Amino acid sequence: MNRFILPAAIFAALVAVLFVGIQRSPNKDVIASPLIDQPAPIFELPVLGAEGTFSNASLVGQWYLLNVWGTWCPECRNEHDMLLEIARADTLPIVGLNWKDDDLLALAWLRQLGDPYLVNAADREGRVAINWGVYGAPETFLIDDRGIVRYKHVGALNPAVWQREFLARLPRSTSVQP
Amino acid sequence: MSGAIRLGGRLRLGVLVATLSILLQWVALPAFAIDPTELADPQLQQRYRALSQELRCMQCQNQSIADSPVGLAGDLRREVRELLEAGKSDAEIREHMRARYGDFILFRPRWTPQNAWLWLTPLVLLLTGLWVALRVIRHKAAQVDQDDGDSAGSDR
Repeated sequence: MNRFILPAAIFAALVAVLFVGIQRSPNKDVIASPLIDQPAPIFELPVLGAEGTFSNASLVGQWYLLNVWGTWCPECRNEHDMLLEIARADTLPIVGLNWKDDDLLALAWLRQLGDPYLVNAADREGRVAINWGVYGAPETFLIDDRGIVRYKHVGALNPAVWQREFLARLPRSTSVQP
Repeated sequence: MSGAIRLGGRLRLGVLVATLSILLQWVALPAFAIDPTELADPQLQQRYRALSQELRCMQCQNQSIADSPVGLAGDLRREVRELLEAGKSDAEIREHMRARYGDFILFRPRWTPQNAWLWLTPLVLLLTGLWVALRVIRHKAAQVDQDDGDSAGSDR
């Protein structure tokens, strides 16, 4: 009897370790971004559908969303109505990061489905996306008035996530501001 | 008696198959590389190969960026190449990626308090296994000695 106690204990310990490991195994949707509570990477990119460039440095002093999307991304289409709703409520400006997309397809998409964005930055080579640690689309970042990344959501936004993770983080005054 | 021999043969076959499959995997790895890039400097090329094997493709997760055909992996390889050509060290490039994608992008985890168990568990398991094996061998040896002693005594 005695000789089984040690192997059983080792086995139990192994089961416990593996169980905890599986429980904490990073899900593709919840890989924590190291950017949270760090200054948002500053970028300057061509504006989609217009001359000139846009830099998010110009937005310091106000809260905004950075939404990563592309016409090649089916989830982005599912998310689009939610973005239009957020834009309609005028809660905070949405900056689009059009990731590795074709400008003409992207512009056609906005004409067809509606344009919720303040401006769209065309990240044709995907360099800015790497600086933001983007690994899938859609991804949405919440940036505060000091230019700090406060939250990142991977996957399509929905009303529950918007309420719980985004609106709840905004200071009261922001949601009234135009 | 013949059962014991057959079991031994099967065991040896199993070991052979396991060894071969490990060796073949090693040989096959370069064949899976989907990236034809050759850097001008062979030393940089070697570091580039090694680094891209160490970085996780975040979209496919269980492949390295060297093995993955998806677009983001290609972009990350380009990033590694550019950093290498800019004269960054391997450690700087790993940190560059970690700062953007987190520890998850590193296939070889850093030595941090949270990661320590990753490094220590195999060692602990190995030592435990050795200790158990040693105990079993000693126990068996003692039994055999005892048996020999008994039979030697009865002979006389």
